[in-house]
Amino acid sequence: MMKGPGKITGEVLRHVFAKPATISYPKGELVIDKNYRGKIDFDASKCIGCKLCVRDCPANAISIENIGTKEDKKMQLTLNYAHCIFCCQCVDSCNKDAISFSPDIELAGINRKDMIVKL
Amino acid sequence: MAKNVVIPIGPQHPSLKEPACFTITLEGEKVVNAVVGTGYNHRGLEKACEARSYLQDIYIIERVCGICSHIHSTTFCQSVEELAGVEIPRRAAYIRTLMAELERLHSHLLWLGIAGHEVGFDTLLMYSWRDRELVLDILAMLGGNRVNYGINTLGGVRRDVTPEQIEKIRKVVDIVEERNKYYVQLALSETTLAARLGGIGKLSHDDAIKFGAVGPVSRAAEVADDIRVTDPYSAYDEVPVTAITDNHADVFGRTVVRVLEIMESVKMIRFCLDNLPDGDIAVKVPRKIPEGEAFVRTEAPRGEDAHYVRSNGTDKPDRVRVRAASEANWHGMKHMLEGDYLADVPIIIAAIDPCYSCTDRAIVLDNHDTGKQSVIDWRTLREYSINWYKARGIDTGKIKIADSHLIF
Ligand code: SF4
Ligand code: SF4
Repeated sequence: MMKGPGKITGEVLRHVFAKPATISYPKGELVIDKNYRGKIDFDASKCIGCKLCVRDCPANAISIENIGTKEDKKMQLTLNYAHCIFCCQCVDSCNKDAISFSPDIELAGINRKDMIVKL
Repeated sequence: MAKNVVIPIGPQHPSLKEPACFTITLEGEKVVNAVVGTGYNHRGLEKACEARSYLQDIYIIERVCGICSHIHSTTFCQSVEELAGVEIPRRAAYIRTLMAELERLHSHLLWLGIAGHEVGFDTLLMYSWRDRELVLDILAMLGGNRVNYGINTLGGVRRDVTPEQIEKIRKVVDIVEERNKYYVQLALSETTLAARLGGIGKLSHDDAIKFGAVGPVSRAAEVADDIRVTDPYSAYDEVPVTAITDNHADVFGRTVVRVLEIMESVKMIRFCLDNLPDGDIAVKVPRKIPEGEAFVRTEAPRGEDAHYVRSNGTDKPDRVRVRAASEANWHGMKHMLEGDYLADVPIIIAAIDPCYSCTDRAIVLDNHDTGKQSVIDWRTLREYSINWYKARGIDTGKIKIADSHLIF
């Protein structure tokens, strides 16, 4: 095994022409599987305000608020994605399919306050 | 005679990128005494579990270890399922097994790379980490994350495996098997590797039992202890498992065991894919768990992982205890290090595939003079460390102690 320079030359040549194992990031294209658990999305029209998602969130990262009136409800989800651990338990807990996950993972920022978003 | 020299290795980067301090006493270049100091990375996870519901705890428990995340959540879920008296569907059991074996693949490939790096064989690091990346992509596809797959839930799994995904897994497993054949050959016949790893970090059969070593460390000393065989869980009662053992009882033996285990995992993954039963992937588990206690053992890539869960009839556990595999392997470390050379220390430490943060549980200060114990809070600890540096002439004037370590 691995005898002689012939073996090494073969290995070297193969690697010269092989596709790189890494991707160029951030310059190149980022390939994320569609199943990837990134930032959550919220569909206010489906939400009934049961707050099951808030109860099950392990990181206390979401809150649900009615910003409309008692009759004409308008739900708003506040997400602190600096606290969110992207487990998507809220997606599973919601019976109304109001929360879904997206493969959005480019969430870095320099101000923690900007990471509290209203959806 | 020359005086013995004491060298502290760590707490910053002692052979691996995690904190622990090894106080090594040398006579010449020989290690005559070694003190293993862990406890730098206590995160209070067990306590945090008591304040949250069983469902929320899965995600905390998953974060006990950054490599064996799946096996920890499996062990926890199994404990809770045992307490609730539910049995998970067979399909869920197979998916858990599949994930566990994929996790073993990536964990062992990671270790192989680190071992190569520790002994100056960085090509091996590049090769095996390249292959590990393929496995991580598969895990991300199945679970939705590269590290915390989050596939487990109480009563089964959260995501099903589709036929297209099965095809992708098969392709990756074929590649990994092909490349691993090369690593097996390398481990078994490459003379430099054998000369570098052979005979160091010895832990004999009897010592492995005496110190309670687990996983590849004990199996490399011919202790055929593998929970998947001795106490089958998930689908291991149907999936054929062979416990790989070796008789070298040193770092070389541990390497051989791990590369051969990759081959075994490949076989098990194929078996799971071929025999995946149809049906549901989860059953309902009540939020309130009946009173009782459960103790469950599983085989993590690093060895036996044990969880203890006590319930008081509410939706939150009364006590959760995690005994990660590395914790069991630390006990023999002093014995493994003593008698070897300083240059071998990094690879001997790395050879148990240690995970420091899984091990660290609580900081309790023992006062040897009074015999009293005390627990230190965050603020006092911060003050203490600032004063420690001040006493050594380091200007700490600009450091302010915040009221809380929580910024929000
Ligand atoms: S669980 Fe769904 S419906 Fe209920 S509050 Fe949350 S988003 Fe709205
Ligand atoms: S993804 Fe997890 S942590 Fe984030 S908001 Fe949803 S439940 Fe909370």
